[in-house]
Amino acid sequence: MSGRNLLVGPFNRVEGDLEIRLEVVDNKVVAAYANSPLYRGFEPMMLGKVPSDALTITPRICGICSISQSAAAAAALGDAAGSQPAPQGALVAALLHGIENLCDHLTHFNLFFAADFARPAYAERSWHPQALKRFTAMQGSAVRQAVEARAQLLHIVGLLGGKWPHTLAIQPGGVTRAPSARDRIRILSTLTAFRRYLEAELFGAPIEAFVELAGADAISTWSTGDAGLFMEIAADLELEKLGFGPGRYLSYGAYPLPEGRTFGPGVWENGELSPVTTEDIREDLSHAWMLGDENHPFKGQTIPDEDMKDPAYSWCKAPRLAGNAVETGAFARQVVDGHPAALDLAANGSSVLARVAGRLLEIARTQLLLEQWASAITPEAVFMESSSLPEHGQGEGLVEAARGALGHWIQIENGRIAGYQIIAPTTWNFSPRDRRGQPGPVEAALEGAVVGDDEETPLSVQHIVRSFDPCMVCTVH
Amino acid sequence: MNVLWLQSAGCGGCTMSLLCAEAPNVFDLLEGAGIEFLWHPALSEETGAAVRRLLEQVESSEVPLDVLCVEGSIVTGPRGTGRFHMLSGTGRSMLDWVRNLAQKAQHVVAVGTCAAYGGITSAGGNPASAIGVQYDGHHNGGALPADFRSRSGLPVINVAGCPTHPDWVTETLMLLASGSLSAADLDTLARPKFYAEHLVHHACPKNEFYEYKASATRLSEMGCMMENLGCVGTQAVGDCNIRGWNGEGSCTRAGYPCINCTAPEFEEPNHAFTETPKFAGIPVGLPSDMPKAWFMALASLSKAATPDRIARNAVSDRIKVPPKQKAGKT
Ligand code: SF4
Ligand code: SF4
Repeated sequence: MSGRNLLVGPFNRVEGDLEIRLEVVDNKVVAAYANSPLYRGFEPMMLGKVPSDALTITPRICGICSISQSAAAAAALGDAAGSQPAPQGALVAALLHGIENLCDHLTHFNLFFAADFARPAYAERSWHPQALKRFTAMQGSAVRQAVEARAQLLHIVGLLGGKWPHTLAIQPGGVTRAPSARDRIRILSTLTAFRRYLEAELFGAPIEAFVELAGADAISTWSTGDAGLFMEIAADLELEKLGFGPGRYLSYGAYPLPEGRTFGPGVWENGELSPVTTEDIREDLSHAWMLGDENHPFKGQTIPDEDMKDPAYSWCKAPRLAGNAVETGAFARQVVDGHPAALDLAANGSSVLARVAGRLLEIARTQLLLEQWASAITPEAVFMESSSLPEHGQGEGLVEAARGALGHWIQIENGRIAGYQIIAPTTWNFSPRDRRGQPGPVEAALEGAVVGDDEETPLSVQHIVRSFDPCMVCTVH
Repeated sequence: MNVLWLQSAGCGGCTMSLLCAEAPNVFDLLEGAGIEFLWHPALSEETGAAVRRLLEQVESSEVPLDVLCVEGSIVTGPRGTGRFHMLSGTGRSMLDWVRNLAQKAQHVVAVGTCAAYGGITSAGGNPASAIGVQYDGHHNGGALPADFRSRSGLPVINVAGCPTHPDWVTETLMLLASGSLSAADLDTLARPKFYAEHLVHHACPKNEFYEYKASATRLSEMGCMMENLGCVGTQAVGDCNIRGWNGEGSCTRAGYPCINCTAPEFEEPNHAFTETPKFAGIPVGLPSDMPKAWFMALASLSKAATPDRIARNAVSDRIKVPPKQKAGKT
């Protein structure tokens, strides 16, 4: 038996900074430790402020899922106020949020994830010349087309939300700008242009054809567009056998509209779907550089351990749902929502392939939703109701960011914030071990990854880690 | 011109904003100007060991460095150690890396308000003891001392904004690459004047409401947001309303106030972000370059003279009363 330890970092093409420590025995990872090395302290920062300041401050936790943070803050304040947004305001908020999620998936696939297939290590593979042409970091034709299409799609956020990231347009009562008939038609034309891009480059076919894929085989044999190129690579590298998560999926449900959440909420395990009970969430601090007790986020505190004492190895707390580590993200969301292809993939487990397929599926589905929502904008409607916050109270805001379940929990006393806790998707996925020694989802997924003799920064590890689309700035916040 | 980009304690939003550059896209634009990334944490292929080697080569001057871009504030906590952000894989704090690499760079650019002045990361009680690269809020002297000058002789260039506008970054880099950005082109807080000599108020579509002090009473109404909703566009530097964001957007165009995100200490306005603090019913933060008495006199005069169209539209979420057209000759 030959063993060695590897330290992987700076781990780039993830949002923020990440360090992974690996124990490798006989060319296989036997244990992995995920360290979120940055602490900023957004939760203590909020204490004593007026509650509405959360709408300005929390989006700045993250520059890639800023609208998700803003939607969660607005939802938490709305919950505390006991108010509902104007229905058309909720629709525009969903549109803004859906665009961000779509852009994030696109950025992840083209800029963060696929670049690894253009590496010289794969030079002998039949697909490598094509990967080189499309996916080379900053140079690939797919990369340049994607940033261009994304920038144009974000014009919708410019129009309705002023700018991206860090908009203040989403409020508990709705949105701050009432779109006109002219805005609506502009939005639709921007979406049409984006559809043209998706169909020409990413899917190489009508979007509906991808959405309607009903099984794992249909997905993994898709052959057109960059999605097809990825499936060819995935088959060759056997990405369906790499990086299994805990097989327990969490989604709060995405895009709350008056008729319900567009992608349904739930917890899925072994083919069983059950409701999400957020009362069962606890944040374990045993391996985080955090002081205090394990708590539900309504009671939680954030007190960093300045001595960074062992056995902790990350600033990230370890959220657990009824004691269990859960995986969250686009694939989890599609499984929970019951998309047939996602369910079929889930039967085999959440592999690297499944996570990327979930994201591609969601890109296609979200485009269709955005088109529907934009068409449904009624310019005569009210887009913002007034909503007034109580002097004392609490609120929970649950949304789905591109990377999965995001929750904000606020306590208000004497008109001021007395408690603010955030659990981001990557807090779930990249949590460290808990007091029972149960690893976080990515730590579990890395066990068994193959490491070549001369590899310092193993490729298999990179594929697995990036398949989760981690957002490290959100993780600890 | 090569650029090494580091992401320190920020949200990554300035990079995400940079990717919104258009006509042409950010990669074509920079490449066309002869600018290339030595390494960028969100965009480059190299990861892990390859990056550590590159950083060592820059530190030992083996690889010459033209521009060091730092995004995000520098955390100095706990207790001045910088251990709240250890650059992963290196066992060294980002504070330490920035201090060392800055010595090697021809130019140092702080991208965004966090890197420039500390920004949102230093809000509240500043839990991570965040500062800017060369400023700590308004105070000159941050992770680098006030008298630091990069090899070009310039101080750290503060491309402030939260996030910063993609064009502010690309144009700063392109001006540097063409040798046409000197100390005289920076304002007193080291921001490039090409955008910092404008005010957000310039070209705000609410200007006519401002003229009459016809004010919005709550977010989503069309009136000027200075009197009630915390807008400081008359003092905030930035060509946001001239240039536009993500196509034709801006904060005030979307119906929410300018919070002065290009300025030091914007994160602690000492009042709710979307409420104007008042003293005896009069907004406290008046335009900086106008005598207060004049402002008050003009304001009461213009308020009294507000046309019905403007008064009614100000408190509506869309145009209720259109401008009157002159009757044509019959
Ligand atoms: S809303 Fe702000 S930027 Fe616009 S006119 Fe009023 S004060 Fe000026
Ligand atoms: S309008 Fe004000 S708050 Fe908005 S981006 Fe410009 S300077 Fe920042």
